[in-house]
Parts: sequence; C-alpha cells; structure tokens
Amino acid sequence: MTDREIYQGLGEIFADVFLRDDLVLTPELSAKDVKGWDSFKQIEIVMATEQRFGIKLRTREIDALQNVGDLAQVIAKKTGNQAP
Amino acid sequence: MSEAPQLHWLPELPDFRVRLRALRDSKSWDEAVALAGARLDFVRTNGLDEIVRQAFDRPPESLATKPIRLALLGSSTLAHLHAALRVAALRRGMWLTIYENDYGQYLQELHDPGSALYRFEPTAVLFAFDAHHLTAGLHAGMDAGEAEAALDETLSRIALCWRLAREAFRCPIVQQTVLDVLPGLMGSNEHRLPGSRRRMVARLNEALREKAEEAGVDLLALDDRAVQDGLRAWHDAGLWHHAKQEVAPPAAPMYGELVGRLLAARQGRSSKCLVLDLDNTIWGGVIGDDGLDGIVLGQGSALGEGFVAVQEYARDLSRRGVILAVSSKNDEANALEPFDKHPEMVLRRQDIATFRADWNDKAANIRAIAADLNIGLDSLVFLDDNPFERALVRQELPGVAVPEVPDDPALVPQALADAGYFEAVAVTDDDRVRTSQYQSNKARESLKASATDLDGYLRGLDMRLVWRRFDRPGLQRTVQLINKTNQFNLTTRRYTEDEVLAVMEDRNAFGLQLRLIDRFGDNGVIAIVIGRKNGTDVLIDTWLMSCRVLGRQVEATTLNLVAAAARRLGGKRLLGEYLPTRKNAMVRDHYAKLGFEVIEARQDGGSMAALDLDDFAPARSFIEVAEGSEGLEPAGSMAMAEG
Repeated sequence: MTDREIYQGLGEIFADVFLRDDLVLTPELSAKDVKGWDSFKQIEIVMATEQRFGIKLRTREIDALQNVGDLAQVIAKKTGNQAP
Repeated sequence: MSEAPQLHWLPELPDFRVRLRALRDSKSWDEAVALAGARLDFVRTNGLDEIVRQAFDRPPESLATKPIRLALLGSSTLAHLHAALRVAALRRGMWLTIYENDYGQYLQELHDPGSALYRFEPTAVLFAFDAHHLTAGLHAGMDAGEAEAALDETLSRIALCWRLAREAFRCPIVQQTVLDVLPGLMGSNEHRLPGSRRRMVARLNEALREKAEEAGVDLLALDDRAVQDGLRAWHDAGLWHHAKQEVAPPAAPMYGELVGRLLAARQGRSSKCLVLDLDNTIWGGVIGDDGLDGIVLGQGSALGEGFVAVQEYARDLSRRGVILAVSSKNDEANALEPFDKHPEMVLRRQDIATFRADWNDKAANIRAIAADLNIGLDSLVFLDDNPFERALVRQELPGVAVPEVPDDPALVPQALADAGYFEAVAVTDDDRVRTSQYQSNKARESLKASATDLDGYLRGLDMRLVWRRFDRPGLQRTVQLINKTNQFNLTTRRYTEDEVLAVMEDRNAFGLQLRLIDRFGDNGVIAIVIGRKNGTDVLIDTWLMSCRVLGRQVEATTLNLVAAAARRLGGKRLLGEYLPTRKNAMVRDHYAKLGFEVIEARQDGGSMAALDLDDFAPARSFIEVAEGSEGLEPAGSMAMAEG
C-alpha cells in the first residue's frame, strides 16, 4: 500500500471521526492540534484504522503513537510496505 | 481486530457524508431517521449521534413514540456505547436519553433514593455486567462447594439489582448475558474445573435464562450474538486492559441495535408482517416465463433447496405469529399456480394472509397490503431480491423496512434473523394458533414417550403416502433419485430426463413418485417405481426408496399402489427383478418378504420373483394413501384396498 493510499484512508477516517472536511493530515499532526482529540477519539481512530486496513495494532504500538506519522508508519509496516 | 459485526441488512448510503453535513443545518428529524437507517459503522454512528445531539436538544414535536429514559447500569466502561444506543433508537423513530452509573457504583446508587439514578427516573433499565466483574473472586483452586457458593452469591446479587430496580422504577428491565471473554484453564473439559471462571460464565448464562424468566426480566443475549459474529468481533483483550471496554467500539452499532429492538418490542413496535416477493425470492426463476416445471425449487439442486429454506423460515416465522403477505408483479393465476400445484412448495395459500399479484408498482401494492391487514406501514418488512424494487419502496414508503437481500437464497434466513425486525419478548398463545399447522415439540415428545410398542408409534405418526404419476414439476427430483439411489434400489437402472419423459408418454408403462408425510413434517419424495407391461405381465423395472423411511411399512403400502397400477394396465402377474450390485444387498429378499414367489435364481445372486395379481390382497398398514396433485394438502384421500 502506498503512502498516498494510507494518507487517503486516514483522511477519510479523520473526516468521519471529527466531522470535519478541512483537516489536512501531515505526519506531524497530533492530538494537541485537533479539537476534541481525546483518549476516546484516539481509540476510535485506532479501531477504525484496524477495520479499514485489515490490521491489528499491538498494545505497545498503540501506546507509542505520538502523531499521524507514527500511525501511517505502523500501517505501512503491517500492510507490507516500506516506511518512507 | 476481527471484522466488526455488520448491520448488513441496512443499505449503504453512498452520499452519507454529504447528507450528514447537511443535517447540521436542515435539522430535519425525518432525515436523521433516514440516515440512522443506513449501514453505519461505529465511527459514522458516533458522528450521526453528535450532529443529532447538536440539532435537537429535545424530542421533536412530531415524535410518535414515547421518549425513553434508559438507565445503563454496569461494572465497566460503557460510555462508548451511548451513541450507538441513541442511533438505534433513532432508527426506530424513538427518542432515547441515557443515564450511566458512576464507575462501579451501580449497587450503591440502586440503594440510594437520593442518587442521580433516582432523579433520572428511568423508564427502562439495562444491566450490563462484564465477565471479569461477575467472576471476581473465583479461582482455579476452589472446590465444587466453594464454586457453587460463588455462583449463588453472584446470582443473588443480580436478582437483588433486578428487585431494587423494579420496586423503584416499575419499568422494563433488561439483563445482558455474559460475554465468554475469559480464557479456559482445562480445555474441552473445562466444566470439570469447579473454580474455572470461563465455566462460571457459561453457568451464569444458563442460570440467567431461568432466573430472568421467573423475574420477568428480558435478556440481551450478547453471548448468542457473539456466536454469530465471533467473539473477536465483539471483544478485544488489549482494549479491555486499555480502557475497560468489554464490548469493543466497532461492535457498538450492533450492541445498540440489539437493545433498540428490545426497547421497540416493549413498546409494541416490532414489525408484524413479512411481505414476500415471489420470483427469485421464494423460488428461482420467473413463474410467468419459466412455468411450473421451470422454476427452481426443492430437492434436486442446491439452489432449489436454498429457496425451500427461505420458505421454511418464513413459515416458521408465521407459526410464531408473524403475518405473511405476497407482493408480486405477475398475473395472479401464474403467481398462485406454484402455491396450488408445485409439490415442493412449503408455503401454501392458507399461509398467506393477503396475496397481491398484479402489475401495479410495489409501493401501491404494499399500501394495499397494509390496508388489507389494517396495520401500519411501519409494521411491514418487504423482502425482494430486486434492488430496483427495494429502492423504490424505500423511497416511496420510508416507514416500511426493506432489508438488503443476499444473492444466495441459502443466506437469506440468517440475514432476516440478523435483521431482527420481528424481535419478540414473549410468545403468546395467540401467536401460536395463528396458523393451524402448528405442532409443538411437546406433542412430539409425548408421542415418543407414549409409544411403547412399534405399532403404537407407527399409528401415532399419522403417516400419509401421497402418490402421483411422474410429472414435469417432479421431474428433477425423480431423475435425481434414479441416479443417486444406491442402497434401496432393486435394479439400479439409471435414466436420463428424456427417458423418464418417455415413461410418462408410454401407455404400457407407469411411473410413480411417492411422498411420505407424517405429523412431524414432509419427508419429500421418498420412492420411485417404474412398471412396464409385457403381455399380461407387468415388470417392475425400477423400485427405489430413500433409506430414511425404512421400517415404517412404506414398502408394503407401496406394493399396494404398484399392484393397483399394474391391474389398471391389465396386468395379471407382477414380476419383481433384483439385480445385485456392491451396494444393494439390503434389498436382496425384498420381493420374497412381500409375498412374491422366486421363479428364477441367477448365478450372480440376482433373481426374478412373481406375484399373482388375481390372488393379491393388499396389506394393511398404518399409512393412509392419497393421490395428490399437490404435496402438502390432504387431497381426496382414498383407501387402496379396492385396488
């Protein structure tokens, strides 16, 4: 799966989770940048990511997530793509 | 995470995102209900809930249902389920507000009339206890007595909750069954370890069903649902440790849906009537084009059996009180023909409360059905394989439930079950007598108990052997039996469809297909006989039977029929031939047992036997014999004694 596909998928997840169509996903984007990104939303994003990309994140991986870039990297690794 | 439980019967809305954004401004309740009727995953469920809550701070004036205040009382994190509960209510046009107890404080709050719980004045209470909580304190070192005491203690705590809630709120109470999330310690024989927590969960679920019945509490059977979807779809062990969410967020829409059904059922808002399309919905093909013998239904093909399963499911629904109706684009005479004449039809005319076969559009048709039955459009579920008709009815009649229908009829019964439109909390006597065909399991059991001797048992079976000449509707099944039956098959002659058709045309031959019906149901066509006249002899060219009906006097009764048919051809003597194969030794002495005289014993073990028809007296049996142009109906039955 290409980075582009990953970011496109994540973009749709974020649009649905935060009900916003104006979020531009960058690797640096993190919870402090988005209003309402709390621990519940964090779980929602992780679960939605698992469903959409057909992968499973381990507890350690979830705990280590700092920003969108980290999440994209985990997806890339698990869907058999080299990280950028 | 395994794939989440899907609301697969609800239609996808391709423009959902756009319509959801528009709802912010339109604040249209009807549009909100429509969006809730789409196939939503948990993210979209949460999004819809958020926007609806912004748009409506109170129920709309037009709300036709009584607002519900649900107290959600549990022992772990439940907040992630609220949105799905509200959206499931919205899907049914209901307004739901939720109170959740402070973490772990359900018992304290139930005991305290000054608590926020009491101020909330719930109109429904749902107890949602997690497996860890209910089995806390149990450990593998316990003996049976200690484990028993722990079970009793837990059950009485739950019963106490029910009692407190009932006395305080006088409202429906729902108890969630326990998810099987704890790992076993023994394996397949877990039940031998008294202190096993996993075993405790199983015992609790068993006991809850009984206790809830006594206490008048409804169950929310999460354990059953998790069997359908797989536990991994419902529970994520990592997430449990992370957030104490026993039900994983992706399963929330299904959770809400299951609760929504119960709440609606308690308001008498479950669907009441299943409206069936005919062509390619309850049989394969188009009756108007393909004709009675061209439609795919019944034994002989997997597809045909799939359609039988659809009909059986509908019939079972009707036996527990769901009304059946038909809406079909067809000439009425064509549409009715299979109901009257096709031997494999499970549904009969009398199962259908109102029958609309015409060329009107289906929306008009369904309106007429609602009027015929004097029930609301929102009591109807419309089952149609055709996406065009489904879309039309959804658009014209938003109140009518229109499930998506799997391509494969084999999947339709479970899809309908999953959709839960007919959720019921009780079965009334009224439901059961709605169709006269109902036979209870009790009757079956009492029959087995009372049948101390074989004769008594056979007599009690109320067997009916319904025979027909070979015909086109039965052709497929006849050819299938001729080519598949190996054991009870005297000659093992295989015939093609054309050869069977030739028997039908031949004035010096007869072909019989026999169907056995007993009080437990229709066994389908179970025997085939072909006779050919040669001078004054009639040779039994083929006699085969399904082994399922052995030992029930079917053989002797069949002989009565064969003898009668042979006499009608002018035969004086019946010849029965046995051709041995590797598989048919069981019928070597078939004719001798029936009173034939062996006139030729061949070296290979084969034989020819003869029966003088002038001297033949039909055997008596407990089987009633009837000639039937249809399968299930007791057509003018006649005794075969006169031959």
